[in-house]
Amino acid sequence: MRWLLLKDLQILRRSPLIVGLLIAYPIALGVLIGFALSADNSKPRVAFLNEVPSDQNFSIGSGDETIDRDLARNQLCSRVECVDVSSRSEAEHKVEDGEVIAALILPPDLLDKLNSLASLDPQQPRVEVLVNQDDPLKASLVDDRIQALVTEANLILSQRISDEASTYLNLLIEGGSFSLPLIGDIDVLGLQRAGAMLRTVARAVPEGSAHASLERVIRFAKLARQNLDFALPILGAVAEPIAVDKQVVAGDTAELDTFAIAVAVTVTLMFVTVLLVAGSLALEREENAFGRITRGLVGPTGLLAEKIALGIVASFAVTLLLLAALSALVSIDWGRTPLILCAILGGGAAFAAFGAAIGGSAREVRASSLLAFMVSLPIAFLSLVPSGTVSATVFHVIEFVRALFPFDAALDTMQGALDAAGPSVGVPLLHLTAVLVAYGVIARLALRRFA
Amino acid sequence: MSGNQVSGASAAIEARGLSKSFGERRALSDVSFAAARGELLAVIGPNGAGKTTLLSILAGILDADSGTIAVPGEVGWVPQSAALYRRLTVAENLRLFAHLEQVADVDAAVERMLEQTGLADRRDDQVGTLSGGNQQRVNIAIGLLTAPAVLLLDEPSTGLDPRQRERLWEFVLGLAGGGTTVIYTTHHLLEAERYGTRLLVLADGEDVFDGTAVDLHRAVPGPNGDFEAAFVRFLRERGH
Repeated sequence: MRWLLLKDLQILRRSPLIVGLLIAYPIALGVLIGFALSADNSKPRVAFLNEVPSDQNFSIGSGDETIDRDLARNQLCSRVECVDVSSRSEAEHKVEDGEVIAALILPPDLLDKLNSLASLDPQQPRVEVLVNQDDPLKASLVDDRIQALVTEANLILSQRISDEASTYLNLLIEGGSFSLPLIGDIDVLGLQRAGAMLRTVARAVPEGSAHASLERVIRFAKLARQNLDFALPILGAVAEPIAVDKQVVAGDTAELDTFAIAVAVTVTLMFVTVLLVAGSLALEREENAFGRITRGLVGPTGLLAEKIALGIVASFAVTLLLLAALSALVSIDWGRTPLILCAILGGGAAFAAFGAAIGGSAREVRASSLLAFMVSLPIAFLSLVPSGTVSATVFHVIEFVRALFPFDAALDTMQGALDAAGPSVGVPLLHLTAVLVAYGVIARLALRRFA
Repeated sequence: MSGNQVSGASAAIEARGLSKSFGERRALSDVSFAAARGELLAVIGPNGAGKTTLLSILAGILDADSGTIAVPGEVGWVPQSAALYRRLTVAENLRLFAHLEQVADVDAAVERMLEQTGLADRRDDQVGTLSGGNQQRVNIAIGLLTAPAVLLLDEPSTGLDPRQRERLWEFVLGLAGGGTTVIYTTHHLLEAERYGTRLLVLADGEDVFDGTAVDLHRAVPGPNGDFEAAFVRFLRERGH
């Protein structure tokens, strides 16, 4: 078997173009898929044009709480990556070029209109959004992001207004000092103190119609105070009617960067190993060497074992190369190297057996390469479909299909190996072992047709 | 069948009652023959007669459903299409198969075959760059690595031009002259008549003739001289 392995490595050494493509293509594909997935969930880039005059601000009620143009920018830019632009035309260019997914323009009269909300002539403030809907997916993403931003801005405003309203209500209930521009401080009596004063007066008024009227006023003041007390928590609830209490009931999620690395590594591992093993096994038949090899000491099972060993060797070489290259861009916990090596071994062996089954079935190098692509790519994409994005029935079907192939288990193993917060490594490794045995048997049966 | 021409005691290889079926199709049916040391046995017959199946069973590539094979020494096998790695050099191919065949002295065996096939000066050339004739020589050289007592050649001259064919047969005759028993299949009846010391004719999986080319001529009445016509008449008379 050693001589066959050396022979395959020698053939690879003499085929630099194939080796180059075999390494460069999956790595490029893997890195692109991995980082496209992570980029999708990171802060989108939004061009930001603030036309609000720098000296303006928006104050509510007493003026203690103000929103100026910088605060508005900070609030918005905490949710998206703001790219400051100086003009509308620059914003339009950036959107058209795809440099940003949208442009957000705050018009000069935004704060004026916000201030008008508290006046007798309220005008609804508007912000302008420029988008480039060159594909439906992006359009949907932009709509969701902008809607989320506006909802959040409205929520912040309603919270501020609600807080201010609570202050007024407290003043009405308990009384106190209130400051107005130009007029100055005003002392507000408050319903509590008014009720107490009325009760004192009532004791001095003799029984009769005047006393009865006074008692009605006292009861009304009490009722008003009690109901306004109820209004305070209601105002708070209106400002944020639904609070989120998140609990994880299934799934262990690694860091987003780790997930991206795991996807990149697993895609690379899959393509390199499956294509190499499938092609190498099919080559034995294409070169008519299968019969000659297997009539000697190396039987079909030995040849199969050699091809799986070749796949594992290639898996280690390419995956470690990719991880070393990625470590220059992202953080990789090299303290987990033993687990990473286990993940490569498990994934590499299972993908190699899968490739052997393809190579044994296709029997020609070109046909095996085509088949490997046609089968592997959809399986990889199916394995990246998150739950909840399709109907339950479709997702169960997807889960069943995933379980038949090594990709999903290899991805879980790699996530677990790269990050302690990821899934456990044990179960997916067992899954990979089962897949290795199953595809090994299929490949061995397929080799019976080789002779 | 005309009967074996070699007694079991002096045979370099002896097969008895070989049968093989692929599903419902019977590829070989009770085929028996023997070949002596240094003999050139040509296995001929129409397409689908079972020639390659017979050689594959003798080579150990296929298992017979029934029957026995007795071979005192090694059996070398040369498949119809060159079973070589085109990206490897001539010497690397020889060395690889010498290791796989567990040849005792690999380097000596490789040197011997390079010398014997006249490919010593092409030893470092990748096989893919060789002519069809030279590829076939490497193919045969691999079959001879273990210095086998019996060499099986499946359609050895297919795809070769007349000059390459002549050189090939010179080489094969030299092997037989050295005591190697050569069993070969061919569609070129002229090669069977000219080089085969004996002919084994298969038709529909059955051995229908075992004898010399002269015996075949005698077995069918008609004009002498045209072996191909005699062969066709022979098969037709026996309902094949």
